Amino acid sequence: MNIVVLVKQVPDTWSERKLTDADHTLDRESADAVLDEINERAVEEALLLKEAHGGEVTVIAMGPGRATDAIRKALSMGADKAVHVSDDALHGSDVIATAKVLAKAIGTVEGFDLVIAGNEATDGRAGAIPAILAEILGLPQVTQLRKVTVEGTTVKGERETEEGVAHLEASLPAIVSVTEKINEPRYPSFKGIMAAKKKPVTTLTVADLGVDAGEVGLGGAWSGVIEASPKPPRSAGQRIDDEGVGGSKIAEYLVGQKLI
Amino acid sequence: MSTLDPASESSGITADLFATPERKELRATVRKFTEREVVPHLDDWERAGELPRDLHRAAAKVGLLGIGFAEEVGGSGGDLLDSVVMTEEIIQAGGSSGLVAGLFTHGIALPHIVDAGDPGLVDRFVRPTLAGDLIGALAITEPDGGSDVAALRTTAVRDGDDYVVNGTKTFITSGARADFVTTAVRTGGPGYGGVSLLVVDRGIEVVRRLEKMGWHCSDTAELSFVDTRVPAANLVGPENGGFALVMRQFQVERITMAVEAYATAQRCLDLTLAYVRTRETFGKPLVKRQLVSHKLVEMAQRTELARTYTREVAAMIADGRECVAQVCFAKNAAVAACDFVVDEAVQLHGGFGYLRDAEVERHYRDARILGIGGGTTEVMAELAARRLGYTS
Repeated sequence: MNIVVLVKQVPDTWSERKLTDADHTLDRESADAVLDEINERAVEEALLLKEAHGGEVTVIAMGPGRATDAIRKALSMGADKAVHVSDDALHGSDVIATAKVLAKAIGTVEGFDLVIAGNEATDGRAGAIPAILAEILGLPQVTQLRKVTVEGTTVKGERETEEGVAHLEASLPAIVSVTEKINEPRYPSFKGIMAAKKKPVTTLTVADLGVDAGEVGLGGAWSGVIEASPKPPRSAGQRIDDEGVGGSKIAEYLVGQKLI
Repeated sequence: MSTLDPASESSGITADLFATPERKELRATVRKFTEREVVPHLDDWERAGELPRDLHRAAAKVGLLGIGFAEEVGGSGGDLLDSVVMTEEIIQAGGSSGLVAGLFTHGIALPHIVDAGDPGLVDRFVRPTLAGDLIGALAITEPDGGSDVAALRTTAVRDGDDYVVNGTKTFITSGARADFVTTAVRTGGPGYGGVSLLVVDRGIEVVRRLEKMGWHCSDTAELSFVDTRVPAANLVGPENGGFALVMRQFQVERITMAVEAYATAQRCLDLTLAYVRTRETFGKPLVKRQLVSHKLVEMAQRTELARTYTREVAAMIADGRECVAQVCFAKNAAVAACDFVVDEAVQLHGGFGYLRDAEVERHYRDARILGIGGGTTEVMAELAARRLGYTS
């Protein structure tokens, strides 16, 4: 079974995340870049399926040059090869442009059976890529899964929501997205780290993929950021010393805030 | 907690060697392994006085036990610099030098067997140990001997296809758990020319577990052999050729202890920095006092100097350069930096620093052995003096 995993390099959630003043895109210099944690889980799930059913795991990433670090991490975990779409023209792409490019990149992987993505990235948080991809590629989508199994030519999954658990299935090839409940990702072994150096990474531009550069990037985006300002610092709270009437003072405050 | 990541903070020429993409990835794996498999249990292991075998298997699974050992003998590949990265990060992510001693005892128990190259011994001892299934120890020191390898008294007398071993070994790291002990024995006449290395894998009598000031999670034993019959096939290298084998490996053991020393210092600096930023006395955080911030600078400075020099010497060893005196300098300098930093770390933690709940308290006790084990500070100075010709 051949599996494609979509991965993204994102700013570390622990570091300060900012938009640039120039064009309100992500300021990649201000933060440490890491493989998005949800993608570690997506890679882990692909590796578990490969271990159960055989086949090959291909990682696809779209991002600037240094996204190779995120790709290397996925290869260190055990993925077999990678496709890295890197092109200055992609700077500022929105979800639709990203999905168009990823769809073409997935098309370069011969005979894939399953595409696994995280449900949403920790930076953009649109959570729309898997669905848009399914639309473009004309494939069934089974999203937001906490469990994935493959039986013959069918992928089955469990989607947990506040209303309950839905049991879903689709015929392969299909696109699935996974949530953070899916698994606990392995960490790369030392052998895996050393082996990753020798694994093939194909680097492609938008031209290589036959995508018109005008359709992608900031210029081709259907949505734009007009203004961004940092969250205002939290103001000091109101302090109430309890001298026997603390309870009613708090109640008064909450009434004033229209909370009770 | 704020951490000073040496890999990202140091941008020196030697430091770059330790920050290749692969070594950064290794550091991340080691940190995760330590946070997941070690930190939640370390206090229990300290109380139990030893590490569980499961930990050896877990470390083998991610390839950590095999770092620095060739894949042909069951290792993971990599070189001394990879081992340095691993040792640094285990300690800096919340492990300890004691944990390194107990989990990586094979780092001193196996290299002679690998060097000698007997495939039978490699299959019986090296592979299963690197897979986490066996635990090995190295036994050189004797109750009457100390670091004087040439004077050891444990005897191994050839009798048919066996050696018959008699003697006592002490301060043996992992000795209470060991399935086999790479043992320095006297097979010939007096002096260094009569010393051999023999793998004793049966009849290992633990006379007693030794209770220590620190390194509580690392079991240490006194072992005794009484007419213990060991197959002659367990001889490592040529008979009466053990002295050179032992001496060659001291280099790596000593540089590793230097790494443990500056990594412990770095960890204590990180812990202390976090503490003095939050701890308020007389209305302001401790770190706002010049006395405290200057003390932190001195801790950082000594740590950084020790790290930079030790890494340089490690790179020399990995490159096969002669650097016996430099290893002595590195060990003594890193130990001195560590002694200073752990002491100041406890001091800046105040009363809390004296409690078992404070991690710096454990490092303070653990650190004391680093200037003793693997050759004392004094032995290092003497060795350097001889090597440099400063004796006449």
